[in-house]
Amino acid sequence: MEYRDYYKILGIAPDAESSDIKRAFRKLARKYHPDINTSPEAEAMFKDVNEAYEVLKDPERRAAYDQLGKPGPGSHDGFRPPPGWEGGFEFTGGGPESTEAFSDFFESLFRRRGQPFGGSSADQHARLQLDIEDAFRGATRVLTLRVPQAAADGSVHLQDRSITVHVPKGILEGQHIRLPGQGLAPLGGGGAGDLFLEVSFAPHPVYRADGRDLYLDLPVAPWEAALGGKVMMPTPDGKVALTVPANARSGQKLRLKGKGLPGTPPGDIYATLRIVNPKVATEEARRVFEQMAREVPFNPRAGIGG
Amino acid sequence: MKPATVQTAVVVSLSLEELCRFCHADRNWVIELVEHGVLEPEGATIQSWQFHSVSIARAKKARRLNQDLGVNAAGVALVLDLLAEREEMLRRLAVLDDG
Repeated sequence: MEYRDYYKILGIAPDAESSDIKRAFRKLARKYHPDINTSPEAEAMFKDVNEAYEVLKDPERRAAYDQLGKPGPGSHDGFRPPPGWEGGFEFTGGGPESTEAFSDFFESLFRRRGQPFGGSSADQHARLQLDIEDAFRGATRVLTLRVPQAAADGSVHLQDRSITVHVPKGILEGQHIRLPGQGLAPLGGGGAGDLFLEVSFAPHPVYRADGRDLYLDLPVAPWEAALGGKVMMPTPDGKVALTVPANARSGQKLRLKGKGLPGTPPGDIYATLRIVNPKVATEEARRVFEQMAREVPFNPRAGIGG
Repeated sequence: MKPATVQTAVVVSLSLEELCRFCHADRNWVIELVEHGVLEPEGATIQSWQFHSVSIARAKKARRLNQDLGVNAAGVALVLDLLAEREEMLRRLAVLDDG
């Protein structure tokens, strides 16, 4: 397994006071909290910071960690604790409340043996990211969860567990899928709890979902906006014809009833018009614009005193 | 390991007790969130409260912010409002950027 430098993760010196450790942790936890920081690295960073703090905040664990010593350069991946390590330590501190596993390094060295993973309830929570299209059609996903397993000799290792999940059509962001009896079996024995999957949608290049409604920006040509008429609009279910009213404004919202996410009733699609100018590249196009400039009385800056 | 196929069901709504178990929270914490308008259950009395999907997800988020960062109910309400505002602004910014 790979050695983890917990002091480096928290950005503190190996002789830091416990108050410094707490301060460094709180600052980084705020910075990388996945509910606040939406960058893709935040979640992993937040987990690392928590793992580091889980060890360093507890004087017994910290002493045991310090005694492990740093591995020499080049021996990064093949870290093994020195023989007899842990012999003189009794980890009395409670385990982390999170039901997600930390690194191999943490799980095999610091997870208390026989400890029911995740506190008293054995329900397990995980996230499931889907594409908006999956909500239209329903989907099947194979989910891989890393769960700690106790071996016959009492040592704890991470094991991958695969579960096939059928995602029903019409699922919405924020909804939970319940898989009865698929939660964690407590290491000490007993019945497994339920597994709950919180659904979120991956960022989509075209659509944004809000409940059952979908929002998108719909580019239109200046003449489509001015003259009105039917334009072809994409939906996750295929193209549909949308009627643009004459003299449509940029930013105007058009509703397409019942074409949003399926359900009873189904959601709507809201298209926000964006007027896009063509690039004038030919003599012909230039002539048409010159003609409009001459013949269409229009001052777009009238409203701002221009 | 061969993947096991299991039955799945979407969680439609939860009672107060079920929500407490669901996010490892106690009654008072959930009631406080309702009082701050973070959660909007259906039902006139506490006994008849039913929390729907949006509230369930918000309760979980609120619990994470509370547990991970020590934010209280009033703070959670403020953080969630500001996050929604930020999201809206980022979206408008994105429209301006590729416009």
